[in-house]
Order: sequence, then structure tokens, then C-alpha cells
Amino acid sequence: MGELLVQAWTVARKDLVLEFRTRTALISAVVFTALVLTVFNFGRDPTAVPTIDLAPTILWVTFTFAAMLALNRAFQLELENQALEGLLVSPLSRTSLYWGKLIANLVFVAVVEGVGLPLFVLFFDVPVGRVLVPLIGVIALATLGFVAVGTLFSALVIRTRFAELLLVVILLPFLVPPLIGAVQVTARLLGGRPLSEAVGYLKLLAAYDIVFVSLASFLFRFTVDE
Amino acid sequence: MSLAHKGRRITLVALVCVAAVYVRALAFTPVERLQGPAQKIFYLHVPAALWTEAAMILVGLAGTFYLFLKDPRLDRFAEASAEVGTVFATIVLTTGPIWGKPIWGTWWTWDARLTSTLFLFFLYVGYLLVRGAVRDPGLRARYAAVLGICGMCLVPFIHLSVFLFRTLHPQPIILKPSAPSLPSSMLATWLFSLTAFTLLYVGFVTQRYALSLARDAQRGGSPEAGPV
Amino acid sequence: MLSAEGLRHAFGEGRGQVVALDGVSFDLTSGQTLAIFGPNGAGKTTLLKVLAGLIHPQVGSVHVTGGRRAIGWIGHQSHLYEHLTVRENLLFWAALYGVPAARRGPRAAEVLGRLGMARRADQPVWSLSRGLAQRAAIAKALIHDPSVLLLDEPFTGLDLAAAAELRALLGELRVGGAAGGGRVLVLATHNVDEGVELATDVAFQRRGRFVHFAPRGGRGPAEIAEAYRRAVVDG
Repeated sequence: MGELLVQAWTVARKDLVLEFRTRTALISAVVFTALVLTVFNFGRDPTAVPTIDLAPTILWVTFTFAAMLALNRAFQLELENQALEGLLVSPLSRTSLYWGKLIANLVFVAVVEGVGLPLFVLFFDVPVGRVLVPLIGVIALATLGFVAVGTLFSALVIRTRFAELLLVVILLPFLVPPLIGAVQVTARLLGGRPLSEAVGYLKLLAAYDIVFVSLASFLFRFTVDE
Repeated sequence: MSLAHKGRRITLVALVCVAAVYVRALAFTPVERLQGPAQKIFYLHVPAALWTEAAMILVGLAGTFYLFLKDPRLDRFAEASAEVGTVFATIVLTTGPIWGKPIWGTWWTWDARLTSTLFLFFLYVGYLLVRGAVRDPGLRARYAAVLGICGMCLVPFIHLSVFLFRTLHPQPIILKPSAPSLPSSMLATWLFSLTAFTLLYVGFVTQRYALSLARDAQRGGSPEAGPV
Repeated sequence: MLSAEGLRHAFGEGRGQVVALDGVSFDLTSGQTLAIFGPNGAGKTTLLKVLAGLIHPQVGSVHVTGGRRAIGWIGHQSHLYEHLTVRENLLFWAALYGVPAARRGPRAAEVLGRLGMARRADQPVWSLSRGLAQRAAIAKALIHDPSVLLLDEPFTGLDLAAAAELRALLGELRVGGAAGGGRVLVLATHNVDEGVELATDVAFQRRGRFVHFAPRGGRGPAEIAEAYRRAVVDG
């Protein structure tokens, strides 16, 4: 187990070094997030719909779209000089490779969300001060689930035609449960209601994470081999 | 008797059964008090919805066994089941609004069952697209199996999330056609209809399976792109 | 040290099936170099990928003393990340191959020195010329001191001087190795002129089968080329 995590971290650290050195994907994702938030501001009638009603939806649609950008690049960068082949020849276990990619993707998405959340608060004047800790908890819970599935699928489509488009299409139904759960919990948090009201959704999010992180860890070995 | 013939015969029997269901539903089953004749569409709608989900679960099970046994027949079955599931999902998504218009007064509502079928429909489309995008049959079968297994595990989550959403935001009129209060004559008709749809699923899958066998034989098993 | 038993693998199914490996068996011990010659599409790359564990053969098995850790792979592609420096690449691969943390730095310096790359160590890979990139790729393959080296068309795209240099290096590598008793090299190429002198054993592969497999003995390039013509081109 320790060896598995050490190897996963080696892969993740390499991905992150590459990411922060080139920065193209990261900057694109951050700019994209800011852009989507801006567009949402103009896409509503501020006199008719109170911001607080729309805020959770805006937050989550922005986060999931930005995450898609992150997922696409995860295995793309391994195609350079066929480094993926090198990883598969090496003693690195498939599970470590998956976890390494998952960790790198989570860090990437977390950075984007870390920039997106303050912008969201600024643009829409949403009071998050009191609920910041539980809100971050919900963001982490929902993000883990769909990034876990997305990392698996990005490996699945890498050898197909139209990989980027295909990833979005197959991932869409899998975003539904975490998205519904996250939006509902966020709405209750921002509305100042107790977290106990959203216990069903929290259980759903947790169950989704457990099922799909383990399922993807197991199934990953069937996606990368030739 | 060839597989294709067998499939055609089962489908024929199933279609006769569906017709019989409707004769029974229209002539011999009482009209539902609140909904009137519109309720009759449920004898088509509900079994199709059940089989849309069941077909996805069968795709996932076939995928699970494929990963361990590497038997191409399992993959062929998964492909057939996914396509039939797509057809059934389409039936649900068209009959739903036809029923919804007179009852809810609108073509589309985000009703739980309708919504989850819509997401299942997207799932099927994605699954078939992945099949179409991979050329090597071995690779295609493996990728399809992975996606099918994930799809199978997603079914209860979609169900649950949509269900939670609905119970917290009740629709103006919730009509549960499958409530236990269903009169026995309606229940009988409905069970008959379920049997007819089960036959229909078996017939369709058998025919689709035979078709894919024939296609591979004709093309010499060349790595052609699958149907999209 | 490296043995293959009854390997069989095919791509596709039905009439369009392509058999890439068909009943391939051999057993190599340290110091042996097997050169596999064959036309394009004969299944040479598939064989190397099976030996490296990239493809699981449908039938048969491969045994490598020391497992994956003992294998070094030099193929068409360098497996290097363009935006990392040569040294960062080597340290990354050393970590994946389980080289102890304290040994990685010295080991990278040693390999780079041996390949005459010491001055380039801190350049990003994208800034290297083609020849230097090839050398960096070889450094990557040697970083964990593998006892088995798999080479897939290593001479492709090299000019004459670079090819001669590579041949000389491979000649040296044959006798080195962790155990000191010499490494096992498996070299696949479609060009009979390349690498014949290195080989202790020669195989001709055609449609997945070894149509010829024997020690080289004292045969030179001309004799091998003649045998190849008879067995593969005319056969």
C-alpha cells in the first residue's frame, strides 16, 4: 500500500511539475472559469431572479465545465513521445498510475476551484463567510466523485477518434448524481438552512465517491493496456 | 432454424402479445377514474421503462463477465442489449410526453422516471459512440465492458438522485400508476404487458445478435467501425 | 534469464485476423544477443511488446529473471517529457524503477557521463537535437541498470555516424550488467545490415513465425543476408 502511494505520488508530482511549467492548460481553465461566471451574470434578469436562487447552479456548472478541461489533458500529455508506453513497460502498477493521475487531476481542479470560488463570491455577492468550511467540504466531496470517473474515462478515450468530444459525451450522465447532490447541498448552505436537511444528498455524494473511486481503481487496468 | 429466424419469430409473438395487451386494455380493463383513457399508455410506457434499466444492467453484467472470460459472445450480447435498450428508452421518452400532455398539461416535466430514462438514454448513446470510435474488436470489447460496468453502477445513483430531487420538490400532481391500489384487472393487464415486453426484448436482442454475427461473417471479421 | 514459451497472438477476428505471433519460443541467458530480422508487419514489435509485458499474449508465457524491473526498452519513441530537463526525466524514471532515492542522482550523472551528455543534463528535452534526444532516450533506458535490453528498430532515423556510435555502445552494454555476467539484448530490425555483428543468435520472423532461428556462428552480414533472402523473401 505504501509503495503504491509512493509511486502514485511520483507520477502526480511529475504531472504537476509539467503543468506548472507549461501553464497553458491551467491558465486556460482559470480564464474559462472567470468567463463562464461573467456570462452567467449577463444571462439572468437581476430584478426577476434573486442571485441566491441561481448561485448554486452557476457555481457547479462552472466547476464541472472547468474540470472537463483538466480531464482532457491528463493522458494527452502522456502521448508526447509515447511516454505512456514507457509507463506501462515500467514496474509501475496500473493502480498507482490511476491514483497518480487522479491526484494530479484533483490538484488541478482544486486550483481552478480555488480561483473560481472567490470570483463567484465577488461577482454574485453571495454570503459564504459563515458556511465556508462546510461549503469547501461539499466541493471536495462532489469533485472527488466526478474527477474519479472522468480520470478513468479520459484513459478510455485516449486511443479513440475524437477523444475530447467523446469524453464529454460519455461523462455527462455520470455528472448527474454528483451535480444534483452538490447543487442541492450548496443551495441549503447558502440559504442558511441546517446541514441536517441535506443529509440524504450528503449520503448520496459519499456513496458515489466510494463506489466510483473503487470501481475506477479496479477497472483502470483494462483501459490503458493495448 | 437459424438464430435470425428464431429472433424474428419471438419478435412476432411479442408483437402479437403487445397487440393483445391493447385489446385487453382498451376493451376489457376499466378506464382509470382520474386520468381517463390517457392512462392506457402506461401499458406501453412502464414495461418499456423497466426494460430500459434492465437492459443497461445486463450490458454491465455481460461486460463484467467479458473482462474475465474474454468470450466475444458476451460482447456481442452487450452490444445487442445496448441497442435494444436505446430503442426502449426512445419508446419511454415518446410515450411519456404523450401521456403527460393531457394529464400534467405539459409535454415535458422533470418527473423522476422520465428524467432518469433521459439520462439512461444519454448513457446508451455514449456507450454506442465509444463502440463506434474503436476499430480493433478486442479493444472495443474491453472499452465497452468498462463503460458498461460503470453504467450499470450508475443506474441506482441516477434513480436515487432524481428520486431525492423529486420528493423534496413535489410535482403538482403525482400519479403513481404502479401503486399497490391498482385494481386487479389493471394489474393483470399490466403483468401481461410486462411479459409481452420481455418477449420483445428477447426477440430484438436475438435478431440483433444474429445480425452482428452475419455482418462479421460477411466482412470477414475485418475491424470495421461498429454502428453508431 | 529471458525465456518465451509457445507465444501466440493475433489481432482482430474472423477472416480479417492478423496473426502477429505464432509458436515463438526461445531461451536466452546472459551475454546472448538475439537479432530478429523480418519485413514490416512480421510481428517483431508485437514480440518485443509481449516480452516487455505491454501485450498479454493469447497463448504462451514469458519469463524474465527480475521481472519488469530488469527490462530496459529502446523503441521508436523516447518516452521523454519535452518540458522536463534530461536530468528530471532520468530521476523520474529512476524513481518508477525503484532505484533508491539516494542512488538516483549519482546514477543519473553516471549514465549521462557515459553517454557524453553531462553538459546537457539541465537542458529541457525539447531543446535537444535529434541525435542528442536519441542519446537521452538510451540514458533513460539504462537508468535502472537493466539486465535485459529490448531494442525495437533502434537505428531508424540515425545517420551513419550515430548508428555506428550506437552499435559500439550496444557492444559495450552486452558485457556489462548488474550480475557482471553480461546482459541479454533482443534487437528487432528490418535491415539485415544493421546489428548483425552484435548478434550471437539470429532469427528471421515472417508472418509471426520464426522461420529461421540459430546461433550466428561465424556468419557475416553477407551470409546472413543471403540466408534471409532465401528464407523470407523467396520463401
